[in-house]
Amino acid sequence: MSTPDRDRSLRRVLGVLGGFIRKETRHILRDRQTLAVLLALPLVEVLLFGFVIRTDVENVRIGFVVPTPDEATAALVTRFRGSDLFSPIGTWTSTDPLPALFERGELDQAIVLEPDFAADLGRGRAHLLIVTDASDPNTGSAMSTYAQQVIRGYEREAAPAPPLIDSRIRIRFDPTLESRNLFVPGLIALVLTIVSALMTSIAITREKERGTMEVLLVSPLRPWQIIVGKVAPYLLLAFINALTALGAAWLVFGVPFRGSLVLLLFESLLYIFVSLALGVFVSTRAQSQRAAMLGAVAGLLMPSTLLSGMIFPIHSMPAWLRPITNIVPATWFIEIARGVMLKGVGLAHLWQETLILILMAAVLTVASVRNFDTRLSG
Amino acid sequence: MTGLAVRRDRARTWLRIVGTLIRKEFRQVSRDRVMLVQIFAIPLIQLLILANAATFEIRDSRMFVVDESRSAASRDLTRRFEASQYFSLAGVSAHARPADESLLAGDVSLILHLPDDFGRRLARGEPTSVQIVVSAEDGAAAGIVAGYARTIVGAYAATVTASTPSGVPIDIRTRGWYNEALDYQQHMVPGILVVLVTIIGTLLTAMNIVREKEIGTLEQLNATPLTRSEFIAGKLLPFWILALLELGFGLVAARLAFDLPIRGSLLLLFAAGGIYLVVALGIGLWISTLAETQQQAMFITYFFLMINLFMSGLFTPIASMPAWGRAFAELIPLKHFIEISRAVLIKGAGVDTLAVPLVALVVMAFVVFAVAVRQYSKTAS
Repeated sequence: MSTPDRDRSLRRVLGVLGGFIRKETRHILRDRQTLAVLLALPLVEVLLFGFVIRTDVENVRIGFVVPTPDEATAALVTRFRGSDLFSPIGTWTSTDPLPALFERGELDQAIVLEPDFAADLGRGRAHLLIVTDASDPNTGSAMSTYAQQVIRGYEREAAPAPPLIDSRIRIRFDPTLESRNLFVPGLIALVLTIVSALMTSIAITREKERGTMEVLLVSPLRPWQIIVGKVAPYLLLAFINALTALGAAWLVFGVPFRGSLVLLLFESLLYIFVSLALGVFVSTRAQSQRAAMLGAVAGLLMPSTLLSGMIFPIHSMPAWLRPITNIVPATWFIEIARGVMLKGVGLAHLWQETLILILMAAVLTVASVRNFDTRLSG
Repeated sequence: MTGLAVRRDRARTWLRIVGTLIRKEFRQVSRDRVMLVQIFAIPLIQLLILANAATFEIRDSRMFVVDESRSAASRDLTRRFEASQYFSLAGVSAHARPADESLLAGDVSLILHLPDDFGRRLARGEPTSVQIVVSAEDGAAAGIVAGYARTIVGAYAATVTASTPSGVPIDIRTRGWYNEALDYQQHMVPGILVVLVTIIGTLLTAMNIVREKEIGTLEQLNATPLTRSEFIAGKLLPFWILALLELGFGLVAARLAFDLPIRGSLLLLFAAGGIYLVVALGIGLWISTLAETQQQAMFITYFFLMINLFMSGLFTPIASMPAWGRAFAELIPLKHFIEISRAVLIKGAGVDTLAVPLVALVVMAFVVFAVAVRQYSKTAS
């Protein structure tokens, strides 16, 4: 084939493909209702969850059991009252009312002092008990830690010898420890997964279910062109979603953007691509929209939330589970997004994660095209 | 007399018709092998795996020690960190640079920085200080990790001053009620199980009617003398039974795999589950009658599920939400049912303490069913 010939055939292929993409885009644009839902819902969810998903423990309802009240115990209670983490709701002389209060959920924590607490403190041997509602172990251990810190502070005041070793704690990357800054990148990943993976998987299986896929297959379009044409409009849609979500993160939540925005946008695009490829892969396996949807939603929603490190740190998980988290694409995107946004690191630190996402995209694309081809011949 | 007979007759007809519809749905489900596997295997596998993931527990947090002092004291303290179950040592260096690098790369989550006069001052009995740098990447865990590190340093300081009488004047004991061992699985398993049942149930119902719409069989059903309530009940009940079965299987699996305690009444749990599932599946059906295409139905369902998931207090405490978020959470059916299952299974709570969430669910069930019946109009537009 001479060069001009090849040029012409390439141009024809691109022309056909371009036409198909235009048709698919028009399809999506015509359905205003779905389009509005597709653009608005992800943004609404990022905004909503950005406000409500927090693990910060505040307003701990605390009670005190003080059998022998005096100045020393009053000073301890005052210390708790002075902290904005605790809201004291009462002081009793015995532990009798505690079980009922805990059971009804009216009390989160109780500080139980022994009789003659002040006298024992003077002798340097006072005892106290912190009772915490630990039915939520995370909040429980946080509340317990905070209460111990308040008591240690009180102790230092009561016995004013300076501690031999003073531990100065510094929190890096997010001194406020505002949990929102950690969750917003994860939320963006979740939202991108839905728009990309689920919409494409269902768009392709719909053609199968209706029988119009056969029509497409006998058209001059090659299988990969059909896939590209189906996926391209969603790539654009998901990218718009990424932009609005990032905008909301910055404007509404004030999540820091310490690193390069260009890098973050490139990584978002890469992640969208992985999700799209995943959606195509699901659709080549599923025979009906219902099967595609069950597979995609039931198979993706909980794992992307729980195994990605979005809420629960991966190194808290048991050793056998940690390798499994590596299969979840969101794990890598969240690591990248947090790195760029909170730590301000660049590709020098993130090239491994980026490479893994590229690899996932490649494997999924090859696998889907294979599946698609075999179906065609079979 | 005759009025009663007529009414009894009508009820019998209603049951017969709904029964036929249920048999039809069941036959359809059991014929689709792939779907059967999806319905039962996905939730069970996910329950077994995911219940292990949902933990903030600190174990083997990787740490780096910057030891400028290089003294016996600094090595002692380092060894104490190494010996604790909370930390594992990733490296020691005399300079801050490599430590900062690994914190940036995310390889370690804590740096212990010992100044060069650390050993000298301790030997002379003078007060000194150490710096603990924690990466905030672990969120809630960061504060707890810092707390553990401070405790280890404090315990070490106490051994150094053991000769002096002023050790620690207050002896603090802690107790965690309801979950003494701070076992995360106890807390998470009931919630995750309920979520998985909700996901499957809502998805199945949400896709159901809209699918008949797309295929065109809804028109045929509309041409039959079925009434609206018969239709909705016939669509709801099969999946309601499936979801309850799944809840039962899940409970057995959780009991076997995680030793989940069942302290309260199972009858109460399943009764509450039955009411809750009417709400969850009713919302699925409502979406199904609302949507024009399965794609739309799926999209709306997904976001409905996400709102349920994140507003229910399953992962993050409702008490941490802003006031309007807490008010909104009251409208989330999943929130009430998770509250009930946790309370019944772990605290052994009875009807008296759970009256509020139970009543909330009953009210929601009536509203949702009424809305779904209303929304489904047989005259296709």
